Amino acid sequence: MNWLEFFQFGSVNVRTVTLGCMVIGLSAGVLGCFAFLRRRSLLGDALAHAALPGVCVAFMLTGTRDPLVIMLGAVVACWLGAVSIDAITRYTRCKEESALGMVLSVFFGVGILLLTHIQHTGGAAQAGLERFLFGQAAAMRPHDLRVLSIASVLMLAATAVGYRHFKLASFDPQFMDALNLPRRWASLAMATLLVLAVAIGLQAVGVVLMAAMLVTPAAAARYWTHHLSVMLALAGVFGAISGAIGAYISYLQAGMPTGPWMVVAVSLIFGVSVLFAPKQGLVARGLRARRFRQRTAEENLLRTLYRLGEDRKDWEQAHTSGSLIQYRPMDTAVLLRVMGRLERQGLVYEPEEGLFQLTAQGLERAARLTRLHRLWELYLTQKLNLPADHVHADAEEIEHILTPELEAHLVASLEEPARDPHARAIPEDKE
Amino acid sequence: MHTLWILIIGSLVGVSCALVGCFLVLRRLAMLGDAISHAVLPGIVIAFMLTASRNTLPMLAGAGAFGVLTAWLTDVLIRRGQLQSDAAIGVTFTWLFAVGVILVSAFTGHVDLDVDCVLHGEILFVPFDTWTVGGVDIGPRAFWILTGVTLANLAVIGLGYKELKLCAFDAALAAAMGFNVALWHYLLMGLVALTTVAAFESVGAILVVAMLIVPANAAYLLTDRLSVMLLLAGLFGVLSAVGGYGLATLIDGSIAAAMAVFSGLLFLAAALLSPTHGALGYYLARRARHVSPRETMGSEPAINA
Repeated sequence: MNWLEFFQFGSVNVRTVTLGCMVIGLSAGVLGCFAFLRRRSLLGDALAHAALPGVCVAFMLTGTRDPLVIMLGAVVACWLGAVSIDAITRYTRCKEESALGMVLSVFFGVGILLLTHIQHTGGAAQAGLERFLFGQAAAMRPHDLRVLSIASVLMLAATAVGYRHFKLASFDPQFMDALNLPRRWASLAMATLLVLAVAIGLQAVGVVLMAAMLVTPAAAARYWTHHLSVMLALAGVFGAISGAIGAYISYLQAGMPTGPWMVVAVSLIFGVSVLFAPKQGLVARGLRARRFRQRTAEENLLRTLYRLGEDRKDWEQAHTSGSLIQYRPMDTAVLLRVMGRLERQGLVYEPEEGLFQLTAQGLERAARLTRLHRLWELYLTQKLNLPADHVHADAEEIEHILTPELEAHLVASLEEPARDPHARAIPEDKE
Repeated sequence: MHTLWILIIGSLVGVSCALVGCFLVLRRLAMLGDAISHAVLPGIVIAFMLTASRNTLPMLAGAGAFGVLTAWLTDVLIRRGQLQSDAAIGVTFTWLFAVGVILVSAFTGHVDLDVDCVLHGEILFVPFDTWTVGGVDIGPRAFWILTGVTLANLAVIGLGYKELKLCAFDAALAAAMGFNVALWHYLLMGLVALTTVAAFESVGAILVVAMLIVPANAAYLLTDRLSVMLLLAGLFGVLSAVGGYGLATLIDGSIAAAMAVFSGLLFLAAALLSPTHGALGYYLARRARHVSPRETMGSEPAINA
């Protein structure tokens, strides 16, 4: 009954590992947001890989795997990596992404070289150094957890203190300059916090996939909100949840690296966010687009019915689908479907099978749409000097989205017009 | 003989990677190379698992499929998901790489593949895996595959030199002149995936990035001509292989990693010593300017707001 044991959190070990992974996911998720917002998501990738030689050197110098020592080594190496990226972009003509790629791969090469060197020469003490590559949460001890938690709390506190500056530096660095605020210090602080987030994540996630814990929670959170504070909180929660999932799987299957599972978990959260986030998700946006297309089709038919009745100023008469299609070519099946929707809304009724007539309510809507359409045509010809035969298509689109406020502006600037460019009457506003 | 094979195979990795790497660097796609080389891992592993062998064709097919999947997913996230491109790349390749690593960990023992191989290849063992045709041992399999890939890269670059060059320097002009920019882009990405797979056994999925872009960037600092850059990059690729082997023997570590480190040293040397684009060159030029007062007056830049 392995899995039940896990959820009881009875053993110190399980508690330590789970909490440790959650703390790591939380801080990486929160701090990754700033890199994401500054469109430098791949910097985290480069810095995480660059941490490996630091881990190896720290181990070679001290001979321990104490988290504090390892973190220190990682931070120093990450810093060197960041400085190298900056120096390459500043002093050579190589571009930033080349600099990122080179620092990532060469630093990682140094790390692997040192790691294999330690493996070939070292004794039993070196065992377990490879776990910094893909993370091995199971090896986490209460002492590690204490260090992680303290570091993480300090980082989150620093984020809270610098919040307003970080926010400005992420969204509008020029404005920050204009206010004479310390932009360079804010950037430096954000980079430092990113490096620290990488350093504490190494044990559970490993250098290779740390980038995902920085980017993916932020990218997922971005789909749910437009507020930075909410985004930070959500990214933290997503990171923590995937940390727990990674720890759980690594607990069930001894020897499974934790990092990849945390990444798969957070990627699943990301996938759900892309699809189902309430406003920006693909499903929600698809539904909105579909509703808009439907409404456009409905309004077009209303306007066609109005136009057919206009010649004899008689809107009390019904029209066959044939005459509608003659005026506005479309598939009969589509026409019947749209008419069905209009009938359900009480805008159109069928006095006889296959004959369609506007209701009073429908006539009002149709007149208003026609009014908007013709106001816009008139506006284009009068104010933008477009020829009268070029304005219909444009009006055809805008009639569905003009608001009453814009309508009022149009009426005012066109001085209460009565006729459109084709000399047809502009229906009056009923209200 | 074993050493010679390692040097030859390493050099072939260096040359084939450097050739496509030049175009990645010029098109500012260095990190996309990184992404593709990571993302093909699950394809390679699945091919290993299905065929239970290191047959080349299934491996290429698997890697190719995942290379295309990466490009497609990234594209969907950018277009449909309205995600910024750096994050789209970051999310896609880390996820695929994670899946690849999990597959490797889960099936270690069943297939001839382990996490070490993913990280830094096994160039030391590659020469032992030989091909026999009609009962005759014709040398390491990797040698023939890498020769094929190098020739394929050379052929595409040779045949499409003009098009690739134009796309690399001015894609908008290339499109305006009627070249199929998208076709050449995907051809280049295809070559990157192909080269990555061929180099995978020798240098692993991550260090191949070093072989792709570091020699190319070093060459970029030394010349302003594409043909010279390709030649120099190839040369640096070979030098990295040879120097890396020496370095690895010296400190007893992974040869592939040492190749990456040595290429980094070559880049550092180029960045410092390049006569036209090196730090030393800049420094001397600036000193020369300060010496001549007439030039200093003229060369002080106006304030650019």
